[in-house]
Amino acid sequence: MFDNLSNRFDGIFKRIRGKGRLTEADVDAVLQEIRTALLEADVNVTVVRNVVERIRQGAIGIESSKALDPSQQVIKLVNQELTSILGGETLKISYASRPPTVVLMAGLQGSGKTTNSAKLAKWFKSQGRHPLLVGADLQRPAAVEQLRTLGRQIDVPVFSEPGDPVTTATRGLAEARRLGKDVLIVDTAGRLAIDDEMMAQIRQISDQITPNYTFLVIDAMTGQDAVNVAQAFHNTLNIDGVILSKLDGDARGGAALSVKEVIGRPIAFASTGEKLDAFEQFHPDRMAGRILGMGDMLTLIEQAEQAFEKDKAEEAAAKLLDGDFTLDDFLEQMQSLKKMGPLGGLMGMMPGMPKELKNAKIGDDELKPVEAIIRSMTAAERRQPEIINGSRRQRIATGSGRSIAEVNRLVKQFGEMQKMMKRMGGMTTGKKGKRKMSSMAGLSGLGSPAVPGFGEAPGGDGGFTGFPPAR
Amino acid sequence: MTTQNLLLILLAVTLVFGFGVVLIGRRSGARTSPKAVDDESLVAEVVAPIAPVNRWGKTAVAFAGILGGVRSRGGITNETWDDLEEALLKADVGIGVTDALLNGLRQRVKSKEIIDGDALLVALQNEMTARLDRTDRELNFAAVEEGRVNVWLFVGVNGVGKTTTIGKVSAQQAALGRSVVLAAGDTFRAAAAEQLETWASRSGAELVRGAEGGDPSSVIFDGVQRAAAKGFDLVLGDTAGRLQNKTNLMDELRKVRRIADRQPGQVTEVFLVIDATTGQNGLAQAREFTDAADVTAIVLTKLDGSAKGGIVFAIETEMGIPIKLVGLGETIEDLVPFNPAEFVHGLFAG
Repeated sequence: MFDNLSNRFDGIFKRIRGKGRLTEADVDAVLQEIRTALLEADVNVTVVRNVVERIRQGAIGIESSKALDPSQQVIKLVNQELTSILGGETLKISYASRPPTVVLMAGLQGSGKTTNSAKLAKWFKSQGRHPLLVGADLQRPAAVEQLRTLGRQIDVPVFSEPGDPVTTATRGLAEARRLGKDVLIVDTAGRLAIDDEMMAQIRQISDQITPNYTFLVIDAMTGQDAVNVAQAFHNTLNIDGVILSKLDGDARGGAALSVKEVIGRPIAFASTGEKLDAFEQFHPDRMAGRILGMGDMLTLIEQAEQAFEKDKAEEAAAKLLDGDFTLDDFLEQMQSLKKMGPLGGLMGMMPGMPKELKNAKIGDDELKPVEAIIRSMTAAERRQPEIINGSRRQRIATGSGRSIAEVNRLVKQFGEMQKMMKRMGGMTTGKKGKRKMSSMAGLSGLGSPAVPGFGEAPGGDGGFTGFPPAR
Repeated sequence: MTTQNLLLILLAVTLVFGFGVVLIGRRSGARTSPKAVDDESLVAEVVAPIAPVNRWGKTAVAFAGILGGVRSRGGITNETWDDLEEALLKADVGIGVTDALLNGLRQRVKSKEIIDGDALLVALQNEMTARLDRTDRELNFAAVEEGRVNVWLFVGVNGVGKTTTIGKVSAQQAALGRSVVLAAGDTFRAAAAEQLETWASRSGAELVRGAEGGDPSSVIFDGVQRAAAKGFDLVLGDTAGRLQNKTNLMDELRKVRRIADRQPGQVTEVFLVIDATTGQNGLAQAREFTDAADVTAIVLTKLDGSAKGGIVFAIETEMGIPIKLVGLGETIEDLVPFNPAEFVHGLFAG
């Protein structure tokens, strides 16, 4: 249902591409799309208004520079704005000179406090610390039991006692001192921001244990209400940082932007999976791309890095661009790609992919016939498909269980493919390529490391993203 | 293997691969090249942290009483439309539905059918209530064949309140004189079965549980068999929270649904539990859970907070899944039948 923002922009940018300067009407059209994209990503409507206004100020009168055409500059501006809201100062944990360093967890029901308490404990452990968990959620049935189970899994002790949450938290602190633990993490019951009694209670806990860090846990799927929740908890507790939970879902996570904008506190951690080590420090630049629906390029790169051995990959890339790319190499690529996950998912992550490709449902099963045909070829045939004659074709078809027509098609289209690649190889080293590379350099201002390919996505006038759409 | 697909595959493989490789190359190159240093100094300039001044302060005041503005303005101006749009968006109704609703009203204003802000607001609320005019909001406890039992499944993403909802439904059904088995199909989350156990003892239901990490389908099926053997009326099946983009977990749910429907069980409701704080992702949840488990009804939880839960309006009107229950608080009585007029009124309140 979410139209990828770069797809949305295609139409507008086609119109304004090549213009030296954006008119107010151009800017309005672009901003309207940005507004819709942000709203669909659940960024709070008031925050959207502010953000869009700031972008408008920057966008009016943009002139094309050497490196970027106006459309690329607008995208750059948007990404910059989002990244700077999401980023800015980062949270650096400094440990209390008199241990333990006390951490208080707060949030709505179901936001993921208990799980993230355990994840945080595991993270502290990985930093060489010795945490103690305190179960002060005496409200939800079996919440303490859940924390104890998680504590066992990560080998961190858990303290809790029935009765009053404030007392439990206070005694937990004494227990941490007694055991010589240097980090104390207090899990609390979920509460509604408008529940005065419960908010007073967590305030009391906070007053008793005087936390060094108070974290607000926010679900990445949260809608417009995120701002109210964040504001209310911040007013009561003075939040130091935010933990964004369930970021492994497919929500665009605009709540992160809203919360950051409203309370101005850094998003410290993101929870990215059900396993207890799926917990990482927050990357503002990735989140900006995700909220905009521009594709999570960095995730793609990481997956690629994991799947490919670097030397092999570089070698193959060189071959690809030189046109010495054989069916053997192609087969190898398919294997690597399979390791990276479903092809459809990968395509979705790449900004600037032609719409036809992105929307095409390519199941991994569909790779099988291709693989079968190539595997039925001899080494010589894979190197030089031109030598495939009638009898070879017949043999390949029989061997792979596919028809002769299919074998023909594969060989023919692979040939076309090679030609296209060769052309592109020429482009990236030619004049146009230089322009592109310099535009990349300009774009590294988008956050470090740069979101590669961000600027070129809507342009689509060269390089890989400019690949002619499939027919 | 059609021509088109083949070409797509070739393109896809090469593009994804080529793109990744080139990017890796560029990135690792950038790390070492001296030029990268210049770029970083540029970054420092551009991304100077924006001071966390309270940008919010002003706007918070600005939108206090949006609807007061609509009323006091009297006539219908551009601001009136902006205010209504903002109210709908803030309630998580979503930009698509909001546009559609307001465009419909624009016609009626143009034809002078509606002439002031007050009437416009009333018309909008009436329009929304009218779109929620389903008559099938009763929980479906079917007259099943002899020897079979009704099975109600509860599905949804993590943390929406599935287990709590089951506890409350269990107590309410018991109060109607039905005998209930709770099947602790959430074998993933630590202590989920213990949580359900507490609810079982509160509501006088029988609990069937399996091993932690065990197969949820078999726990549900055990529950069904126990209920059938003892002549119980109803099985409430809990399931682990799962994000709808996790293919393997959704497949697991598909299996749970299939097994639960196997003799002597008969699935008569599949409740998708949605948290009122959920934003636009709620639509994706409804779509994917329906695909995997044939959702028959929506339960909207945590509506007692500041969140409005407007996404369920989109879910019911666009996907045709009725909202049947609403959670308004912690106690058993706080789980109530959905009331369209009250819900719509609530979207605009406060």
